[in-house]
Amino acid sequence: MSSMNRREFLQILAAASAAGFVLDSRLAWAAGKGDSFYDLPRFGNVHLLHFTDCHAQLLPVYFREPSVNLGIGGADGRAPHLVGEKLLKAFGIKPGGIEAHAFTYLDFEKAARTYGKVGGFAHLATLIKRLRAGRPNALLLDGGDTWQGSYTALQTKGQDMVDACKLLGVDIMAGHWEFTLGDKRVLEIVEKDFKGKIEFLAQNIKTSDFGDKVFEPYSLREMNGVKVAVIGQAFPYTPIANPRWMIPEWTFGIQDENMQKTVDEARAKGAQVVVVLSHNGMDVDLKMASRVTGIDAILGGHTHDGVPQPVVVANANGKTLVTNAGSNGKFLGVLDFDVKGGKISDFRYKLLPVFSKLLPADAEMAALIEKIRAPHQTKLDEKLAVSEGLLYRRGNFNGSWDQLILDAIMEVQGAEIGFSPGFRWGTTILPGQAISFEHLMDQTAITYPQATLTEMSGEQIKMILEDVGDNLFNPDPYYQQGGDMVRVGGLEYTCDPNQKIGKRIQDMRLGGRGKPLEAGKTYKVAGWAPVAEGARGEPVWDVVARYLRDKKTIAPRKLNQPKLVGMKGNAGIA
Amino acid sequence: MEMNQTRRIVLRGAGSIGALSALIMAGVLKPTAAYAADWNKAAFEAKDTPAALKGLGAASAAESKDLVLKVPDIAENGAVVPVDVISNIPNTTSIAILVDKNPTALSAQFSFANGALPEVSARIKMGQTSLVKAVAKAGDKFYIAQKECKVTVGGCGG
Repeated sequence: MSSMNRREFLQILAAASAAGFVLDSRLAWAAGKGDSFYDLPRFGNVHLLHFTDCHAQLLPVYFREPSVNLGIGGADGRAPHLVGEKLLKAFGIKPGGIEAHAFTYLDFEKAARTYGKVGGFAHLATLIKRLRAGRPNALLLDGGDTWQGSYTALQTKGQDMVDACKLLGVDIMAGHWEFTLGDKRVLEIVEKDFKGKIEFLAQNIKTSDFGDKVFEPYSLREMNGVKVAVIGQAFPYTPIANPRWMIPEWTFGIQDENMQKTVDEARAKGAQVVVVLSHNGMDVDLKMASRVTGIDAILGGHTHDGVPQPVVVANANGKTLVTNAGSNGKFLGVLDFDVKGGKISDFRYKLLPVFSKLLPADAEMAALIEKIRAPHQTKLDEKLAVSEGLLYRRGNFNGSWDQLILDAIMEVQGAEIGFSPGFRWGTTILPGQAISFEHLMDQTAITYPQATLTEMSGEQIKMILEDVGDNLFNPDPYYQQGGDMVRVGGLEYTCDPNQKIGKRIQDMRLGGRGKPLEAGKTYKVAGWAPVAEGARGEPVWDVVARYLRDKKTIAPRKLNQPKLVGMKGNAGIA
Repeated sequence: MEMNQTRRIVLRGAGSIGALSALIMAGVLKPTAAYAADWNKAAFEAKDTPAALKGLGAASAAESKDLVLKVPDIAENGAVVPVDVISNIPNTTSIAILVDKNPTALSAQFSFANGALPEVSARIKMGQTSLVKAVAKAGDKFYIAQKECKVTVGGCGG
């Protein structure tokens, strides 16, 4: 079924490494030849450009990669669960250069000041135009999480991103946070704005009553004489991780069997290359690639892993490439296949970091972005405070931005414990930088933003930590939802990720006082982003903005992190 | 699609409980096919799976790959978890669905008249993560298949 057998694939791998697909970036940078950084000669005849999880970041941003991304069970020591030096070593990236900065948290502040901001649609547009010029008929694939993550996306119900993606020339899209705009809005965009321009695909969304398809499962395209099928895969656990009431008539799930059927159907219709545009998250993609046959590549997102090279997964009938293309507009994946006589004979892959200093802004896209922002400019620019420390979000257990949100919601609401969701989006702020209202919205812009104050028993608190811990650390990827651990303020604990649900969270003590959390006692817990319908509360950004305006200067945060057990030597921790 | 829209409107009008009776009235389902001939009080009121299995007479059910149980890995909504059971075992005359951790383990039992296809789809309620079990009767033998379904508090993703 698959177009590649084991031997062919090994030959391809050997060829790829012999081609020396590593850029001497330091040299390029030192010589001031920014352009040569992006010289990527055309290879083969099937070209796929892939970005994912941009989270509505239209302008360049700073984005720090995680220093904690633990792999549990079989995932330890393998992509994507590699951080810092371990990631550099695994992919043969030289420490200290621009690529090391793009893929790791190492020396983040200094490197960020040297190499500047990443992403931005005007810069991404320039890069895409350049690549398309050398790659006729290339398809541009958007893995989703595009219509959420900024103030303007929230205010315009995703319209800013819809317009920007149409101008960018996106051909095919998959989804996740898009669904938090509600089913009607999603269908409106797909049926009106996207009609005849962008295909929104999902093989794994069905109506919950009769199991009818909601979106087309796949698209069959002809590219330079080759038939290419792209299958869409939405985030399987959207109705669990996000409010189900916003999409009450749709059911999701991984749907392996239907994926296999879809692949087989595409092959039967003549597809010579089959790729999946996936929002599963990388661990789920790796497992799916081992179970479903006939897929040449899964271009993945959701878990925001910037993985420099594909992971090759063997299954019953062949091998599948699995990639993950980071987040926040920071990367563009370029996958080239050489198809000869109806079969893939070779491939090249490069995950290009988008450095705005190296890519001039595309004028047309820059003008659109300015137009989108103009009505909101005053609001976006409001300076709330100055941060003395580095503020970032990514990491399995906490980030300094999350700690700041926890500190704010607990103080403003008078709570002894705080919970903040383990989202992986949100931009980074360098020490000394002003925190604008826009920056705050980069961390909080969702359609269910209510800040809550809830009385919870110690038993309930433990149950929640165990539940979220199992979504992250269950050794079976199909039980993982791809977010990080709920951030916790005011409560210290020990975490043993290798344990089973009910036993991972231990020794819970109220912060600073060392007093054990009591199962039967009630505590005031501040939180936000309730998934239940009808939740009430002030938007969390208003609560945090008040705190920031009041403090004016934000000292470096002291991160509340659990004590870890059994993680010594794990490649996913610095 | 046209047809399904019509079905959907009919069901909406009927309401969730009414939906089943609407299908019965429309002759899609025959009451005799939908309900077990006799109400098995001992099995349905049993508090745990071993007692329910005993009530069904299936205490020594053998695991079978020909009994296909489909349950989601993680339930989207614990109140309505979709369960599909298909028995490829010849002469299957009944299929039961059990949830280990529910207050009463036996959720449903379906009987099949001679020649009826032993295939059922049901929505069951689950309060917490549990093993879900399907039990089929063929001749005087019982067969069992099981799969865990996780019920989670949700939120905090991605």
